[in-house]
Amino acid sequence: MTSAESVRYRDGTAIVDLPPQIDSAAEHALSEAYAAAVAHGSKTVLLNFAGVDFLSSTGIALIVGILARARKDGRAISASGLNEHYREIFEITRLADFMTIFADESAALKAGGLR
Amino acid sequence: MLTLTRTFRRVTGQRSDERATEARPTPRPSVLETPSIEIAPNDPLLAYFHAGSGAVAIDELDLDSPAVRALRQAGVKLVVPLISQGELIGLLNLGRRLSDQDYSTDDRRLLEKLAAQASPAVRVAQLVREQEAEVRARERIDQELRVAQLIQQQFLPKTLPDLPGWQIAAFYRAAAEIGGDFYDFIALPDGKIGLVVGDVTGHGVPAALVMATTRSALRSEAPRLVAPGAVLAQVNDLLHADIPANMFVTCLYAVLDPETGALRYANAGHDLPFVRRGDRVEELRATGMPLGAMPSMRYDEKEATLGPGDVLLLHSDGLAEAHDPQRAMFGFGRMRTLVGQLGIGTELIDGLLAALHAFTGPAWEQEDDITLVTLARVAGVTGERVLVEFQEPSAPGNERRVMERVADAAKDLGLEPIRFERLKTAVAEAAMNAIEHGNHGDRALPVHVRVSQTDGELTIRIVDNGGGKDIPEAETPDLEAKLAGLQKPRGWGLFLIKNMVDDLRTHTTATHHTVELVMRLGRKGADQ
Repeated sequence: MTSAESVRYRDGTAIVDLPPQIDSAAEHALSEAYAAAVAHGSKTVLLNFAGVDFLSSTGIALIVGILARARKDGRAISASGLNEHYREIFEITRLADFMTIFADESAALKAGGLR
Repeated sequence: MLTLTRTFRRVTGQRSDERATEARPTPRPSVLETPSIEIAPNDPLLAYFHAGSGAVAIDELDLDSPAVRALRQAGVKLVVPLISQGELIGLLNLGRRLSDQDYSTDDRRLLEKLAAQASPAVRVAQLVREQEAEVRARERIDQELRVAQLIQQQFLPKTLPDLPGWQIAAFYRAAAEIGGDFYDFIALPDGKIGLVVGDVTGHGVPAALVMATTRSALRSEAPRLVAPGAVLAQVNDLLHADIPANMFVTCLYAVLDPETGALRYANAGHDLPFVRRGDRVEELRATGMPLGAMPSMRYDEKEATLGPGDVLLLHSDGLAEAHDPQRAMFGFGRMRTLVGQLGIGTELIDGLLAALHAFTGPAWEQEDDITLVTLARVAGVTGERVLVEFQEPSAPGNERRVMERVADAAKDLGLEPIRFERLKTAVAEAAMNAIEHGNHGDRALPVHVRVSQTDGELTIRIVDNGGGKDIPEAETPDLEAKLAGLQKPRGWGLFLIKNMVDDLRTHTTATHHTVELVMRLGRKGADQ
């Protein structure tokens, strides 16, 4: 379960390790994780997809929802660990236009400020 | 008229009751109890009243009138017509006076005045009563239609049989009066299936009840006897014992072996089914009397084979015997021509109904029930191979089960890994739509899934019980609007499916949604 406990903090970035299944079942966990990042005062949030093996349109809607909140709050959202298929979905849905996508977590942290 | 005589009998009765309270030693013989008196429309007495006779002393009347004789017989002495707006609406009948004297001029004047004042009120009461009776009659008819409809719906199949290699579609639409059409599919030993189309004479509740009885008899005899001729003979005897006089049932009964396409059939006076082979359309003929008409009937039994690509259409006369505004009939010939030209399954049914609509025009009121049942043998037509066919209950999360089962069936077809992942995503999305939108999460309604392969294509067909409303076109979601909070974040499913597969086909009937996801096989990067 992603929850406040599965959020790690590195160099001002909140890293959210996503649960395997990103669909309606993940709604609560995602929203809690984002709230924890906000409470911690992180200016950037990295969604780590490395452990994800199912992403549905409802899951995409959840990410859109988080992204919308982050834009309002002035936070940057980025993603890492997307496999080829999910990366394609991020491009088709144009989510990739609104968040930086890194190959993995270390690439994301190296980039530092993100966007 | 009749009712009124009765009403006023009560008035005269009351008058004598009042008098009866006076202590009199002898019983009063003069209580007038006029029986109901029918006055024929051509009786001269009516003309006499209409001419403005006023109160009439019956004994003094010189008219050759059955009504006058009846009134005299009943002891009536004086009759005062009740006239409202020039129409005779009743009579005030009086027996002889208790004093045995004749009615005086004053009496008559008083009675005429009373009649003139009472008439409009009586007329109003009559109209109210007529209207109440009419409302009651209408309610009774509505209620009866509701019951008939309920029976009919109860006994028509709720789902179509799932026969691999066959495409089946059925349509039933009741006429306003609800006829006695029915159809049924009966599971038989050895994987065979019984096909029934029938029509009970008459309408409403009686027809619906006979329909239900016939269906039960067929359902109990069919698995036991199997042979269609024997089944109809047995059902005929059962029905003949119970069926109301002048009612009978026409019925086509066929037994199909889905493995071989062998079709044995017998016909109890029903419309002949059509079979299309290539571009030829034939009628399947077999003779027999309608069910329930006469006992101990024999039914011809015939056999036909439905080969790959052949189409069978069972029907009732509601379509062929529909009329256009000039009273021309749609006709079996026209139907036969259309069967030769149209597609299969729901396409055939929709095509026939569209032709009917064009023929009758939009103002047509359906004259009789319309029933259409069609089977097409699709296996082997295009070298299609069914890899797996299954169903899952419409429970949340089952889209993932559907995805995994389809993935398992399609894993060895040589799809590139990225295309295989796309297919999985598309299947999960389509299954989720079927569960949530088509079946509204009703666990009792399954999502049907069929994975089949031809030389060049892999097709995943997903069917739900939605229907009636078309699946919308896939639109590109407006991400900017969603991020700005102007739109809900949801609405990605169809868009995603469309972008994941090589072809997306949707089809909607009155009862079902079908979504077909197609991936081309054997061509690397066919999507690029």
